[in-house]
Amino acid sequence: MTSSRILLVAAALAAGVGAAVAADETSLEISIKDHRFSTAELHAPADKPITIVVKNLDSTPEEFESKALKIEKVVAGKAEITVRVRPLKPGRYHFVGEYHEDTAKGELVVE
Amino acid sequence: MLGALIIVFREVIEAGLVIGIVLAVTRGARGSRAYVFGGVAAGALGAGVVALFADALSQAVAGRGQELFNAGVLAVAVVMLASHNIWMARHGRELASELAAAGRAAVSGDKSFLALALVVALAVLREGSEVALFLYGILASGETVADLLAGGLAGLVLGAGVSALTYFGLVTIPARHLFAVTTAMITLLAAGLAAQCAGFLQQAWIVTALSQTVWDTSGVLPDSSLFGRVLHTLIGYVDQPTALQVVVYVATLAAIVIATRLAAPRPGAANVHAAAE
Repeated sequence: MTSSRILLVAAALAAGVGAAVAADETSLEISIKDHRFSTAELHAPADKPITIVVKNLDSTPEEFESKALKIEKVVAGKAEITVRVRPLKPGRYHFVGEYHEDTAKGELVVE
Repeated sequence: MLGALIIVFREVIEAGLVIGIVLAVTRGARGSRAYVFGGVAAGALGAGVVALFADALSQAVAGRGQELFNAGVLAVAVVMLASHNIWMARHGRELASELAAAGRAAVSGDKSFLALALVVALAVLREGSEVALFLYGILASGETVADLLAGGLAGLVLGAGVSALTYFGLVTIPARHLFAVTTAMITLLAAGLAAQCAGFLQQAWIVTALSQTVWDTSGVLPDSSLFGRVLHTLIGYVDQPTALQVVVYVATLAAIVIATRLAAPRPGAANVHAAAE
């Protein structure tokens, strides 16, 4: 059982490395003010990597979190972070500020 | 207040479970308590420092500092857990059979305790820095501070409750089975942490391969829920894992099982050797 698993792992790794190709990125920006996202809806094209600069204009820290995008990253007060998102299929991807989930809500619309 | 309680509790569950398991593993070993609580204290101190420099950390390494830090902390924890299991496989038999030399065994176990203390410290460090940031945010915001702070502290107390519950649950297991149970738990814990580590490397785009989602059970059991969070720590449950996370999980599990098998002294090996001479 173990040796077949190792073979599977090796095959999967090889396939993954082959599939990883460079593509031009989409750069987006969003800011947090009063525990809300300035643009609650971001737009990006499908199948291209995306980078999002998250600027926190509040003096309190926030955690930028998205289950769908597989991101959880802390952004300190009056600071910014860069979030990298893998190429996505068309769809709507929710994100929140975890420390103020009631107000800090947004969506990345990929089309 | 309830919101603050839930946020803090969610962060400390993982550290709470880890502390409970380590306490059960080292139960009865002389001097081990000092290592465990020393680990908690060191982790808490480190968490405060990390929270203070959160901004500098995220700017480091071209904005990848946070992910690299988390991945590094997780990787060290995985190595420590694996080495503990290997050490126990090699010496567990001696520990069990030489009860008379228990004092000596505890001394020779120092290195293993140190590994576990480090695991505790790293768990507290990682989860604690987010709690510290959150509580700091409450203090900085100046709004309804007392209420939120009470919620946050209640969350911490509940986290300690998780430790106690885990510990007292585990020590009800008869001593002769406890070793097998904790070994299995530590192996699963290590595999889960390794998968988390892979997740952070993917988040930072250090690894881009195998990023597709293998399954999505977030509708049935979200890993942000209480039960999901507990499963996340205990067996590494993730509701939307990437292929790399699954591969790393299985590989870590297999590696630890094989390494402990190889490390275990073969019963009767000494006799065979004697007969050959």
